[in-house]
Parts: sequence; structure tokens; C-alpha cells
Amino acid sequence: MEGQSVEELLAKAEQGEAEKLQRITVLKELELEFDLGNLLASDRNPPTGLRCAGPTPEAELRALARDNTQLLINQLWQLPTERVEEAIVARLPEPTTRLPREKPLPRPRPLTRWQQFARLKGIRSKKKTNLVWDEVSGQWRRRWGYQRARDDTKEWLIEVPGNADPLEDQFAKRIQAKKERVAKNELNRLRNLARAHKMQLPSGAGLHPTGHQSKEELGRAMQVAKVSTASVGRFQERLPKEKAPRGSGKKRKFQPLFGDFAAEKKNQLELLRIMNSKKPQLDVTRATNKQMREEDQEEAAKRRKMSQKGKRKGGRQGLGGKRKGGPPSQGGKRKGGLGGKMNTGPPGFGGKRKGGQRPGGKRRK
Amino acid sequence: MWKNITRPFEDQTSLEFFSKKSDCSLFMFGSHNKKRPNNLVIGRMYDYHVLDMIELGIENFVSLKDIKNSKCPEGTKPMLIFAGDDFDVTEDYRRLKSLLIDFFRGPTVSNIRLAGLEYVLHFTALNGKIYFRSYKLLLKKSGCRTPRIELEEMGPSLDLVLRRTHLASDDLYKLSMKMPKALKPKKKKNISHDTFGTTYGRIHMQKQDLSKLQTRKMKGLKKRPAERITEDQEKKSKRIKKN
Repeated sequence: MEGQSVEELLAKAEQGEAEKLQRITVLKELELEFDLGNLLASDRNPPTGLRCAGPTPEAELRALARDNTQLLINQLWQLPTERVEEAIVARLPEPTTRLPREKPLPRPRPLTRWQQFARLKGIRSKKKTNLVWDEVSGQWRRRWGYQRARDDTKEWLIEVPGNADPLEDQFAKRIQAKKERVAKNELNRLRNLARAHKMQLPSGAGLHPTGHQSKEELGRAMQVAKVSTASVGRFQERLPKEKAPRGSGKKRKFQPLFGDFAAEKKNQLELLRIMNSKKPQLDVTRATNKQMREEDQEEAAKRRKMSQKGKRKGGRQGLGGKRKGGPPSQGGKRKGGLGGKMNTGPPGFGGKRKGGQRPGGKRRK
Repeated sequence: MWKNITRPFEDQTSLEFFSKKSDCSLFMFGSHNKKRPNNLVIGRMYDYHVLDMIELGIENFVSLKDIKNSKCPEGTKPMLIFAGDDFDVTEDYRRLKSLLIDFFRGPTVSNIRLAGLEYVLHFTALNGKIYFRSYKLLLKKSGCRTPRIELEEMGPSLDLVLRRTHLASDDLYKLSMKMPKALKPKKKKNISHDTFGTTYGRIHMQKQDLSKLQTRKMKGLKKRPAERITEDQEKKSKRIKKN
């Protein structure tokens, strides 16, 4: 009898468990595929139940959604959890779905000067420990950085060397040397960066006031100061008798009179070919730029006329507000795009004064 | 009407311009005309050029305002569920699925608060239509730790029809999927897997003198002193013979 009751109890316990699990179990033909990093679940089962539902399958959709969500939640609740500030938080794995990137892969950076030298000489870096035993303080200190082991600027006693000026401040000397080293490092870092991005570092020659600067250096310093505003010097006033600076544009480089004979021959033949050809050669980029500049000038002139008329006729709204048309800076983007695309195309656009097609037929009326 | 009509499928330059200026690579463009009523174009960019664009027509639309109940907070990371085998059959549908995941998944996080999972987006592909439904999650008690789910329809619901597509060519898509070396999973050396799922490992040992191995000592097999003496004598005689 007791045996019977034990069996009954076991059976009841099993039933109870099954009932509990029933609330959260869902039967599916095909298992769902989960990507928990993205909170994603894909159900590959063909939606047979829905097909017979009719035009508004809302209820069936909701039932399907409930089942799928239940399965996803079951998976999420299996993840390892931690407690973060009174909330239970599950640690998500990495997302497994591969999605295309937004931007292309970064190009490998060119080697810095030191890396080039090290590669040339075959120098390899030795692994050094981060902490060094410092006798003075009697503890392990960093090799470099904050509170490092042998910081010579922090010494409290410095012997004056025999050949040094007795009135010189040795502490200040050390601090100065450190500042110079830091500045030199910073300069080298910027130079490496500029080399990586193929940019030119703005040279600071003559910009540090020393008191012994020449007239040219002073002039240059003044120029640089003028251009160092937010509007790049466009609205800087000049002194009453100051003249506009000339020669501040790019210097033109000329080839030597005779040097590379092959290149000269090539250039001359190319010139003859262009002169002989029946079809005119059109540089599409230049043509479009010219066209756009002309249109801009026309528009500006019109706007000025309208504003004058408006003032005269007493504040007529005019078309000044709607004159925006297309985004004017789009020209900048279009230039490059056209130039890139059209260079290989047929050069026979001649005759058309408009020069190159406008994409999408956007015409400013 | 406005003078600057953007037609995404004819001319992508204005889309690319906006993407470059705002540094965004996902876009959605809605329009309505007689030929294509209730048109929605969703797309993504790679390097500020259009990668994929899919045009969808909206047939049934129920907005957030039409369903009157409480909504979940803005910015919750939604759970995405795709149902229907159509999503893996055609290339169009596969790209659409990838595009929708990209669009709706939100920022990638490493931890998630279990009680904060409230938002579910459910996409069903059926009879050439895609049913997009958003539900709010209600966690009910079940007997065990995992709660039972009840759903309440909350958000916008759309019935979408696939219209035109402009998918990226295979090599452009391949290029956009390239992962940098640093992110590739590192292969562990000396570990191999069987087809049955057994993992094998290899250990490399130095040469060992097997006679000097420390094994378990069986008392019965221990050499008796008498035996040891006879062994020594044998060894001595062998040495003399060799020499």
C-alpha cells in the first residue's frame, strides 16, 4: 500500500512538472534558428495554418507570433545572468548574422619613420615588464607614466656638475628638457600622421616670436594670423593704407627648357593630334564648373535686381524666398561624380554648350 | 509641386549626397503617385553609394494612434522574428530579410535586462505578401523560471508587397561583407573536431624514459632483496662480457 502511494506521488509530481512546462513549451516541426546577439529568431516552417485563414489573418498571425516569441524567450532565459544594480541582466553572445559593412575597410597605415628604420636594421622590440622595483620609494612603480620609478624631474637633490654655471637652476633645466622632449615627440607624431594621410603639416617657421625676426617672417606671421579666423580671413578689415597681398597664391612650376626629350616629344605629338582631330576635346569637369559658375552669377544678379525692385515698390515678397531651387552645394558633389564617370566616355559632346549631362534632368528654372 | 523630385530607382545621386552629408547609411523613402500608390523604398549604403534598395507597397496600414493602448518606451531594442520559408528561398527575400534586420535591430549590446524585453517585431511571408506586426510583450507567471508570453498588438502594422528591387552586384556585396582580420574568430591550434561532434586535442610531449616512469606501486610486484642481488650479478656479468 505504501508502495502504491509512493508511485502515485511520483506520478503526480511528474504530471505537475509536465503541466508547468506545458505553459512554456511550443511544438514546431522545424526548430527555429536563433541569433541571440541580435535578438533574432527565424522560423522556417511553412505557414500552413495561415494559408487557410482568409483575408484578415490577424488572430492566426498573433498566435504564430506568440509561439515564436515564446521559443525566443525560452532561449534568452537560458543565457548566463548577472546582477547589475538591482536588475537581472543576461549576457548576450556575439551576433552571428553577417551583415554588410557601412564603410569600407580601413586601409593599412604607412609605417612610421621609426618602424621603417627598425625594419631596415632588423631591430625587434624586447618585451619589458610594466613594473620596476624602485629603491628610493621601496615599492614597485611603473616603468613610465604617472608616478614612475626613476623620474628625474622629481628629485629633491641635484648635484651641480663641475662645468656648469653655479647660478643656473638645475631643476628648471630638467623640467625644460622634459618639455622639449614632449614637444619633439608630439611633432614627430603629427608628422607621421600627416605622412599617413598624405597631408602637409602647416610649417611654423617664423611664427614663434623671438624678437629677432626679419621683415619677411613678420609679414608671414601677420598673413597667417589673418587667415586663422573662422571665415578663413574673408571678413578681416585692412588698415587704411594697407595693400592687398599679392603673390600669396600657389607658385607655378615650370619645366626646365631642355631636359627630358622623350616627354617633350610626346607632348608635342599629343598637341598636334589634338589640333588635327575633327572632334573637339571637351574637359567635362571644367565645362560643368564654368556653366555652374555662370548660372550662379546670373541668379545672384537677378536676386539683386529683385531686391532692388522690391525696395522700390515697397517690400514686395518677390521670388527671393523660393529661389533656393536645388541644393547649390550639390554642384560640388556632381563635379566629382561626372568627372570620374565621363572621362572614359566619348569626347564628342561638342556643340552642346551646356557641357555634360545633368543627372536626373534637374534644371534650375 | 516641388522642382526636385527624387526618384531613387532612376537616380541615386541625391540619395548619396544626403547620405554623405548626414553620414547615414540606412534610408527610407516614401512616395505616392498614381502608378505606385503608397510606395516605400528602404535601402542601405556602402561607402556612401547605394548597396541595396527594395521597393515595397503598403496595402494595409494601422498606425500607432489607431491602436489605443500603452506603448513601450522609445529606443527599446526589439526582438525580430521572421516566419515563413519564403525568406530563404529567393535571393530577393534573403536580401530583404538582411536589410530589415539591419534596419530594425538597433545598437549592439553585450548585456540586456531581461525585464526590459518588451518589443517584438514579427515578419511573416505568406502568399507573396509580408505581414509586419509589432507586439508588446507581457510576461506571465508560469510554473518555472521562464515566463509565459502573452502578446498585445501595439504598434504600427503593415501589409507589404514586394515591388522593384535594386540589389548590389555579387562582388560589391562580397566587398561590403569583408571583415577585418582582427574580427575573424581565431582558430585554436591542435584542436580538431570529428563529424560526430567529438573534440580531439593534441599534446606534444618531450621524450620520456619509460623505465623511470612513476607508476602505481603494487606491493606484490615489489622486488624481493634476494631477487635484486641476482639481478645485479647478472648485470655485472653482462658488462664483463661486453668489455
